[in-house]
Amino acid sequence: MIPGNETLIEFKNVNKWYGNFHALKDINLRVHQGERVIICGPSGSGKSTLIRCVNALESFQEGELIVNGHALAENLKAIQAIRKDVGMVFQQFNLFPHLTVLENLTLAPQKTQGLTQAQAQDTAFKELKRVHISEQAHKYPSQLSGGQQQRVAIARALCMKPKIMLFDEPTSALDPEMVQEVLDVMIDLASEGMTMLCVTHEMGFARSVASRVILMDQGQMIEEAAPETFFNSPQQERTKAFLSALHRP
Amino acid sequence: MTSQARNQDTAALDSPGANTQVYSWVAARPAPKSIEKANALLVKFWKFISTHPLDAFLSIGLALLALQFLMLALNWGVIHAVFQIDEAACQNARGEGACWGVIGEKFRLILWGRFPFEEQWRSATACVLTLAMLALSVNKIVWTPSNRPFTLGAWCFSIVGFHTLMSGSLFGLSFLQIWPHVDTELWGGLPLTLILSLGSIALATPMGILLALGRTSEMPIIRSICVLYIELVRGVPLISVLFMASFMFPLLLPSLQTPDVLIRVLLGITLFSAAYTAEVVRGGLQAVDQGQQEASQSLNLGYWQTQRYVILPQALTHIIPGMVNNFIAIFKDTSLVTIVSLYELTGSLGLALNGDANWRAYKLEGYLFIAAIYFFFCFTLSQISQNLENRLTNR
Repeated sequence: MIPGNETLIEFKNVNKWYGNFHALKDINLRVHQGERVIICGPSGSGKSTLIRCVNALESFQEGELIVNGHALAENLKAIQAIRKDVGMVFQQFNLFPHLTVLENLTLAPQKTQGLTQAQAQDTAFKELKRVHISEQAHKYPSQLSGGQQQRVAIARALCMKPKIMLFDEPTSALDPEMVQEVLDVMIDLASEGMTMLCVTHEMGFARSVASRVILMDQGQMIEEAAPETFFNSPQQERTKAFLSALHRP
Repeated sequence: MTSQARNQDTAALDSPGANTQVYSWVAARPAPKSIEKANALLVKFWKFISTHPLDAFLSIGLALLALQFLMLALNWGVIHAVFQIDEAACQNARGEGACWGVIGEKFRLILWGRFPFEEQWRSATACVLTLAMLALSVNKIVWTPSNRPFTLGAWCFSIVGFHTLMSGSLFGLSFLQIWPHVDTELWGGLPLTLILSLGSIALATPMGILLALGRTSEMPIIRSICVLYIELVRGVPLISVLFMASFMFPLLLPSLQTPDVLIRVLLGITLFSAAYTAEVVRGGLQAVDQGQQEASQSLNLGYWQTQRYVILPQALTHIIPGMVNNFIAIFKDTSLVTIVSLYELTGSLGLALNGDANWRAYKLEGYLFIAAIYFFFCFTLSQISQNLENRLTNR
């Protein structure tokens, strides 16, 4: 899959502070259509904050962020225009526990896109099939395993027909044997050309699907490179230290 | 041991010469199970007494006391009680037994208050209508999306019906009069208790939810207004709110056509309990994980959609016990409206007995009667809430 030329996400000198804590420092990043950008780094390095800025779950104080042609500002209209095109998958799944799987998937399309229940369910079953879980449609989230819940969460985001998918450590809260089923769904999605911005510690996954890998530390982007370069011949000392820490048994 | 074996044993004893017979020791027949159990219990009991003498003393003492109390209640309430409406018999039994006849004599005044005597069937019908609607509304099936409009329609219809029955005319309009007009000041007893409690519960709940949302809102002005309202109202006793609603309000706005005293009092209770409801709801809102909000936002749901479809359904499930607590409190707090001359159940009991020297002595019986009515409603409410809780949490 060749990445298109259209820039979907563009960070220009974005800075963010939590009080006195400088969470994002001069972030400059472009993500083109069809690109899969993997962000890794130690905890507290600002990687989650970075991707949460993209759909305005976090605000920032300086710089500019343009998502799918909309400049992000404290303006409700722009925020809604952006969220329409951006799906997000969370570490803790964040499924709605009082709704069935099917209702989880059909709620937002019905309420925000004006779909009828039948239309929304149609899409929902297609997406459930894509994540191999259609037989669980009428169960409640608490009746599913972690891996199944996360796949439902992915399907829920896909029901909104997003152009960009954000993944915030999608496998970190899973039991080890369930990680692969979620990664498989993400690999499928990548091969279909979805633009993905993904925070993860799954380096095998990064190696196989990433267009680019970014290392963040202390709010800064330390290194940005194609996966071969990133893993085989990293330029920065910080990256080498991070990778060797990962590979230590 | 079989009977044959026993015969052999006795045979051997009868003839000592036959010493070839071998005697074998026979174990005693085990005691029947029931005796064994009783023994075990006794042993346990004795062990308890000997190891915890003070506890045992207290337990036995309290048990005797409870028995004594039960006997007293039984003596007073049943054995020596007078069940007929017979004032002389009641006089004779005074101090010895209850006079339940007072309820037979006064129940219409207690239940319907000052409502005109020959029109009291209207009060009764209004109560039956309300209770029937309540009984209907606790069924799950009437709240399915397809049935919901009918249920709400039926409620609107029965509210109009209630008002028509009580006031005598449709929508209170004189040219739509069906029965003789009865002023709201004369409404009393059970219908008044029901209208005040159900009305203020129905109005205070949405208002409390809005106040709770306001208090947890990110908008500083709205948040401060809600905080101010809640703290102010919670710092004031209900009685003063009722006084303000019934006496101060018309004084402050003399030129305006002030609304009916019943409406003013109903609003007073509503505004009062909304503040309490708000704090219960806020507890529920805070128990919902922050991630739910983020997930809704990432799905482009707006603020009100998020609250309506995601946050509130979860929050309200968490707070069923607290809300029911609140409802029960409101139900019983309606008894305070007596001080502004509205005679609901408690007030009408006083009305019924205070003015009648012959029956005034039997207030205790009267209070037990209305206590039973209050208990019936509150207990039913708590049972319903428990069912609801089980249904919503067993997912």
